[in-house]
Amino acid sequence: MANLIEIKGVTHAYRTKAGPLPVLSDLNLAIPEGEFAAVVGPSGCGKSTLTRLIAGLMRPDLGEVWLHGEPVRSPRKTVGMAFQNPVMLEWRTILQNVILPLEIVAPRMPQRQREDRAMKLLDLVGLKGFEGKRPSELSGGMRQRASLCRAIVHKPEVLIMDEPFGALDAFTREDLWQTMRDLRAKEPFTCVLITHDLRESVFLGDQVFVLSGRPATTQHVLDVDLPADRTLDILFTPQVADMLHLLRDQIQIAQGRVPGAAAAGGH
Amino acid sequence: MLQKIAVPVLAILGFLGFWEFIVWVNGWPNYKMASPSDLPAAYVRFAPLFLEMGWQTLWRTVAGLVVAVVAGTALGMAMGFSRIARDALYPLLVGFNAIPKATLVPVIALLFIGQHDFNTVLMAFLISFFPIAVSVGIGLSTLEPEYRDILRALGASRVTIFWKIALPKTLPEFFGALKVSVTLAFIGTNLVEIVSPHGRGLGALFKSGETNGDYPLMFAVLIALAVLGIVLYYAVVALERIFAGWAERPQG
Repeated sequence: MANLIEIKGVTHAYRTKAGPLPVLSDLNLAIPEGEFAAVVGPSGCGKSTLTRLIAGLMRPDLGEVWLHGEPVRSPRKTVGMAFQNPVMLEWRTILQNVILPLEIVAPRMPQRQREDRAMKLLDLVGLKGFEGKRPSELSGGMRQRASLCRAIVHKPEVLIMDEPFGALDAFTREDLWQTMRDLRAKEPFTCVLITHDLRESVFLGDQVFVLSGRPATTQHVLDVDLPADRTLDILFTPQVADMLHLLRDQIQIAQGRVPGAAAAGGH
Repeated sequence: MLQKIAVPVLAILGFLGFWEFIVWVNGWPNYKMASPSDLPAAYVRFAPLFLEMGWQTLWRTVAGLVVAVVAGTALGMAMGFSRIARDALYPLLVGFNAIPKATLVPVIALLFIGQHDFNTVLMAFLISFFPIAVSVGIGLSTLEPEYRDILRALGASRVTIFWKIALPKTLPEFFGALKVSVTLAFIGTNLVEIVSPHGRGLGALFKSGETNGDYPLMFAVLIALAVLGIVLYYAVVALERIFAGWAERPQG
């Protein structure tokens, strides 16, 4: 299958008072259409910068980001975004929040049609019956579910998620992993997920990209060879344990440490 | 509901009682300090004047406020969206706000001689736009980047982002500032009404009471001003409920 997203030799630095701060250095990524790419890496290695580059919210100093065979030079309507903060508009109901992107992308779509589309998604993520509530009346996990619906309501080619489950408790997070898995089965999209959670990257990802420390470059790519309809139990298999172990070693390398050294020091 | 009305009414009655008591216990005569029981007579005697002057004060104050809302929001938008505008305008606005507005009354009176209505509205505006400009500016400049990004990633224009997100998100701060501005605008209006010769409005009525040594009339004017202030304040509260009611959390 063709690559939907291609990141070719991207180098980027932020201008700070102390001089340029390089965050990405000759970064290369290729994500085929329909694939789920999880991106992990040490804190502050430029993962969020990557999401903004793919979304066209900023342009790299060097290199190019290609989306669907075209270089990305500005924001495009075919992207959906979700953040750690669900970014709910408090003055709108949940349904109105989910509809928001359609108001921008499809200004001529009849309101009825927008609502039907939003209701279908809310039903899929288990928020049926909450469409008329205000965001402040919902729990954090429910708000994040609504945020996911909003990110894909306009059927984007790419869903970009920047640590969307980072602020949730462990059990709610696992619930949302399963919701993501089910959503993907019914609403196919290509996904870039930035995360700090290695289990999350393996459970959801088809590929896991490990970025090196700042300035980040692609250090390792892991193909997650697991069935699409994986269940949480799979996280306890030796196969997944090996993957997690490998990823953990890679993260330690990215942090500039010797893999396994911390564990050995404990004895 | 009953409690919501009864508590403030009882508080006001308590205040009036305390005032009456202070005047009575000191044995102050009418030409030194009026007491609440003197006021009804003053209202009855000058009823047509109160209605006419009260209306004048009210419409000029509201007009000044409307100008303050428009200009204050515009200034706030400039400061909220542009760093340069923020750096340029803040010292000017803070400096201007620190000037006692009473000192400007003669300046304005000389600039626009005889334009009493215009001068009064202008002063109400000058004294009340500052909180609005600052709150709108801060509200816009502290908008979290994610809020902008969810729409910007879809190619939405700055204007769309302003109408759909920045403006509604700033409304609670805006109404907070408007509540302060309402009372300030009354001060501005009365400043001109009292100081200008041959003025109109409740301020002029106060002045004539002072000239004639009619203390009950003076205090009746002050109370009328307070009532107008309360009415306008709660009008703003009602608007806030309609447009920014979502920001109010249920109290547990």
